[in-house]
Amino acid sequence: MSTHTITTQKVNFKVFRFNADVDYLPYYENYDMEVTSEEVVLDILNRIKWDHDGSFSYRRSCRHGICGACSIKVNGKATLACKQSMSSMTELFGNELTIEPLSIKRAIKDMIIDKGDFWEKHDAVKPYLISDVEEHPEHEHLVTPEEAEELNEADLCIQCGSCHYACPVVEINEDFFGPAAFAKAYRFEADVRDDAHTERLQVLHEEKQGLWDCVKCFECQEACPKDVNPIDKITKLHNMLFKEGVATSNVATRHAVGFKHSIAKNGVLDEGGLVLYSEGPSIVKHIPVAAKMFMKGKIVPPWGITKSDNLDEIKKLVESSSTAKF
Amino acid sequence: MAKLKYALFTGCTAKQSTPEQMMSTMAIADKLDIELVELTEASCCGASHLQDYDDFLSLVLNARNIAYAEKHGLTMVTICNTCQLNTAMTKHRLDENADLKARVNEKLAEVGLEYKGTSKITHFLYAIIDDFGLDKLKEMVVTPLSQFNIAPFYGCHNIRPSELQNETHDTPENPYNPNSLDDLIIACGGLNVDYEEKNKCCGFHAELQAPKTAAVLTGKAIAGAMDGNADWMVTPCPLCHLKLDTQTHHASEAIGRDVSLPVLHMQQMVGLALGCSKEELGLKHHLVKVDFV
Repeated sequence: MSTHTITTQKVNFKVFRFNADVDYLPYYENYDMEVTSEEVVLDILNRIKWDHDGSFSYRRSCRHGICGACSIKVNGKATLACKQSMSSMTELFGNELTIEPLSIKRAIKDMIIDKGDFWEKHDAVKPYLISDVEEHPEHEHLVTPEEAEELNEADLCIQCGSCHYACPVVEINEDFFGPAAFAKAYRFEADVRDDAHTERLQVLHEEKQGLWDCVKCFECQEACPKDVNPIDKITKLHNMLFKEGVATSNVATRHAVGFKHSIAKNGVLDEGGLVLYSEGPSIVKHIPVAAKMFMKGKIVPPWGITKSDNLDEIKKLVESSSTAKF
Repeated sequence: MAKLKYALFTGCTAKQSTPEQMMSTMAIADKLDIELVELTEASCCGASHLQDYDDFLSLVLNARNIAYAEKHGLTMVTICNTCQLNTAMTKHRLDENADLKARVNEKLAEVGLEYKGTSKITHFLYAIIDDFGLDKLKEMVVTPLSQFNIAPFYGCHNIRPSELQNETHDTPENPYNPNSLDDLIIACGGLNVDYEEKNKCCGFHAELQAPKTAAVLTGKAIAGAMDGNADWMVTPCPLCHLKLDTQTHHASEAIGRDVSLPVLHMQQMVGLALGCSKEELGLKHHLVKVDFV
């Protein structure tokens, strides 16, 4: 006999309401409910619609964490509504919960958003296998378990948009592909059957929309309900750009490579030297701030840097452990 | 309580662009009677950029840094969020993956070192909270910061990815509503400002590659604190500090509004509460003048 007991608690929900057809501004409606420990967030959305207001709108379909339709935000946390238990939400945030769509500025009706930008970027990375397959092959293209491992769970993505709308760069730079599209690109780049490697990577290397604009905030990893870990895929794609020779010399690639040179030289970073290496002649634009920093004793000249002790060890390791070339 | 002793991984900025951070770290360690053994052999952690070029090299270098803390038999304390993330992530990956650990140790053996996985790695903020204790800190406050509204700015690499971060300290942190720095402010007698951007990104890591994006993020962070009526901001991360303190001009331009607030390192805030002098805390090294002391 199971000893599991079902508990209930009172929760106040502040729910985002907006109908783009009639409302000038969005507003929040309050609902107080008894919530049981067995419910998931989607149950709450259903109860709001069924018990309180039939016009309340949201997307839902599979109810099993596969279709990716029901992702919303609870207290700012991206949440796949059909998968997230209410008890985990109250444990994290207490009994006052704010329910919002993934992106307020893209809201159409209540939880429903216009995901057009997400799909546009998804499509831009050629999210499909590009392979020269004979029309009548003699046998299937076998993939070993080790090769399948290389996908690193990028194939688990359900396109729910949680990471995309959690990404602060997507919010600011509308050209930026975003973490979901990058993870999808990686899913095919890492597939041994795919032949598009450099063609797809070149698109990802583009400045402004590409990989190098990632701010490394880890919001995407935190947001993903399927543990795809998009930022890990972004790092792996960066590595591929160098490995496949797609990386060209720009401020971003030189910045990554510059760390190696600086470490090989001093162990610690030469901050000024790194900026100079990364920017090249464009360093002039940093002079006004650098001058102010110098006046405040915040800039150490190359000859004043305290190098790491046992520097010979570091030099030796940089020599023997390097796996990338540029 | 036995005297607290840690291996200190200073990171690079504390020795170069944020000298005040080093000064205030040592000043409060002295006041709190915490012994910090500086890992002078440590190299740069790669600052989340080296691994974009050479992931394996980044692992080897970080494992070497940790190996030195292990040699002392001490917990490694970091004073930079990005050092914390890179080092803790290296530890996590090596502890989880015996094959990777063996490959890294093969390299470290060339210089007579070994990564064992015996040292804990934690940020100084959490060392103070978990090991020293905020109640004890509160008792030691001589100059309560009660006249200040202080906006905590957490910095991404101390709170995300939360699963990894929460392995490194005892007090769990909710990345969507973190409270450690708020608690520290309260322990110092200050009033903590709640604002939307407190757990958001400052943009530092894309400053060179995507200056516009980075400047907007910086601007929004300072503006959020200003709108929350903050007198100043406080952060445990020297990189966030650099961004928020030195880039106000670009940030203001990017969001079309003049934004600027003094930004203190958490060590400086604690130091003020403990009665350290402004000289000891290096307050003259800020671009946005710290004019309230």
